[in-house]
Amino acid sequence: MLMKQLPTFKKSALALALAAGTAMAAGTSQASDVEVLHWWTSGGEARAANVLKELLEAEGYGWQDFAVAGGGGETAMTVLKSRAMSGNPPSAAQIKGPEIQEWGELGLLGDLNEVADAEGWNDLLPEIVADIMRYDGQYVAVPANVHRVNWLWANPDVLEAAGVDMPTTLDELFAAGEAIREAGFVPLAHGGQSWQDATVFESVVLGSQGTEFYQQALVELDPEALGGEQMVAALEDFKRLRELMDEGMPGRDWNIATAMVIEGVAGFQLMGDWAKGEFTAAGLTAGEDYLCAAAPGTEDAFTFNIDSLAMFRVTDDAEREAQHTLARLVLEPTFQEAFNLAKGSIPARPDLDMSEFDSCAQQSMADFQRTAEEDGLVPSMAHGMAVRADVQGAIFDVVTNYFNDADMPAEEAAQRLVSAAETASF
Amino acid sequence: MSETPTRTALRPTASGRLQAWLPRLVLAPSVAVSLFFVYGFMLWTFVLSLTSSRMLPSYDFVGFGQYARLMANERWWVASTNLMIFGTLFIVICLVLGALLAMLLDQKIRQEGALRTVYLYPMALSFIVTGVVWKWLLNPQLGIQAMVRSWGFESFEFDWIVDPDMAIYTLVIAAVWQASGFVMALFLAGLRGIDDSIIKAAQLDGASLPRIYWRVVMPCLRPVVFSAVMILAHIAIKSFDLVVALTGGGPGYATDLPATFMYTHAFNRAQIGLGSASAMLMLGGVLAILIPYLYSELRSRKHG
Repeated sequence: MLMKQLPTFKKSALALALAAGTAMAAGTSQASDVEVLHWWTSGGEARAANVLKELLEAEGYGWQDFAVAGGGGETAMTVLKSRAMSGNPPSAAQIKGPEIQEWGELGLLGDLNEVADAEGWNDLLPEIVADIMRYDGQYVAVPANVHRVNWLWANPDVLEAAGVDMPTTLDELFAAGEAIREAGFVPLAHGGQSWQDATVFESVVLGSQGTEFYQQALVELDPEALGGEQMVAALEDFKRLRELMDEGMPGRDWNIATAMVIEGVAGFQLMGDWAKGEFTAAGLTAGEDYLCAAAPGTEDAFTFNIDSLAMFRVTDDAEREAQHTLARLVLEPTFQEAFNLAKGSIPARPDLDMSEFDSCAQQSMADFQRTAEEDGLVPSMAHGMAVRADVQGAIFDVVTNYFNDADMPAEEAAQRLVSAAETASF
Repeated sequence: MSETPTRTALRPTASGRLQAWLPRLVLAPSVAVSLFFVYGFMLWTFVLSLTSSRMLPSYDFVGFGQYARLMANERWWVASTNLMIFGTLFIVICLVLGALLAMLLDQKIRQEGALRTVYLYPMALSFIVTGVVWKWLLNPQLGIQAMVRSWGFESFEFDWIVDPDMAIYTLVIAAVWQASGFVMALFLAGLRGIDDSIIKAAQLDGASLPRIYWRVVMPCLRPVVFSAVMILAHIAIKSFDLVVALTGGGPGYATDLPATFMYTHAFNRAQIGLGSASAMLMLGGVLAILIPYLYSELRSRKHG
């Protein structure tokens, strides 16, 4: 008896050890459920995601929540990769920008053309947004919102104490900064983390050299633009901003920097419109207790950062139907409004009524529509909308190193940007 | 009916076999698990380091191309140099400070137990806690600099954590603060293990106290130094949490270490191939320390 059992026991123990990894990943989703991987986990975002869940359930489909916390979604992406590798991806996942193309190349995304045609997405979405949602001409993802990155936030009390107005050009910003410093405040609140450095950098490039140059350099990665005189000038302006920051900035989180503006310690902050969430949470009203304006010199441009849900290829018809319903619901006004009111961003479809939104969001929407027609709409490099993760990382390295190194000349940084764009990927 | 006697005859053999098999049986799962999850994945990482893998593993082999890219990557060199600076200073300062503390504690002072605990306790903290505490202490606007300035020394400056050239030394400060107490405990145990009569003999010969420590005690502590270096070297090479908590790799990437480099590239930047190559080089670094250690361990056991 014993002798007989032994081999089987050994085998099953080994099998157990081997299977442990894959067994954990095996989901239990039913055919008519959609499992959605996302990182909308902060208070307002979670409520907004719940709206989508209720809408979906009202249509008779189940929502399987797969929330992975962690602001930038890096943890969520790691989880998604391991799920995809084990051959069991969720039916929908929050994937954005060029990463959609990468997943598309792996052949893992299913197409949404049926829904897109029925709902007329081509007419609804600005062309540049629709392009990001398509892989190989097929819709594979649906946008949930549009964040604007090139914002300047300000505390009106500090500005008044220093006797300055909202700056509209970089030179005005430097002048206002000096006045604010003399009045005893920190001119520009900033956190020394590479993505924040890059966020400020791209707004300066845009403000100092314009949309066309931004597009050439940071989106198309044209070596002549990246290494040229215009880039050197932009880099010098960027470095000058450092003089407006305080020395406590290294490692500071962006929301702490926003808190400095809220508390009246600092005058300005250059940050995307998610900062509005902090102002709102502090009970402040846009236009009265805090001011917003396009980053200096960028009123005719709009750097966007779009959250989107990409749909994975599924074989089951019922599941595909559920996926399509989800995709349709995401773009419907109910969700777009509820979600974007909570998140501080604006709806991805420009045809919605904005009366519920605050003045900053209304301005954002107006600029979104205007810049979409005037070629001022550009993807945000710092937020993974313009270039792939490896190139983006290499650019971050150069930008943050240049910004923190007092001795590096702008010409050298520009040359490094060129080689970063060239050597980042195989 | 005829089966019964045969079965009873077999029983002792069966239980004997069970006895022989049991240890292997119990060990088998853990051996299988560690073979698969440690050595299997090591091998897999090596294979991946030879491919052009980006976001997900692929098997498009490019030879040692990823290693060539790594060598051309400026950030990797910053990380490696940082490890050299950090590792050397961390080990040396910990050893010196630990030995010094141990000798001072060894002077039959009062309240030795309490003092020992005070020095040893930092080791009980995780590097994350150490990192966060020191991040605040070193922040020029919150910590030591602000405090000394508020005492009236307006020109006092201690802003290493902000300075890309000095930031790496803040890592050393925090790590030494955490680990030197542990080294002290090792040395103290070593000191207590030394036969008193040797020291008394030296005293009779008229040797001064520093001379006794340097010439008599230290040579006896060689094995302690050796194991302390081994342990500290591992802590240094594996340092990841301290960097993440204390500086986040910044300012810029001035305090990047190979471990944080590997994590960033493999998991955040969709460069699994490059990340794997850097992981293999780190493994090489660990082996370079481990193999001489194992070699000497095994040799001394043979002699023993």
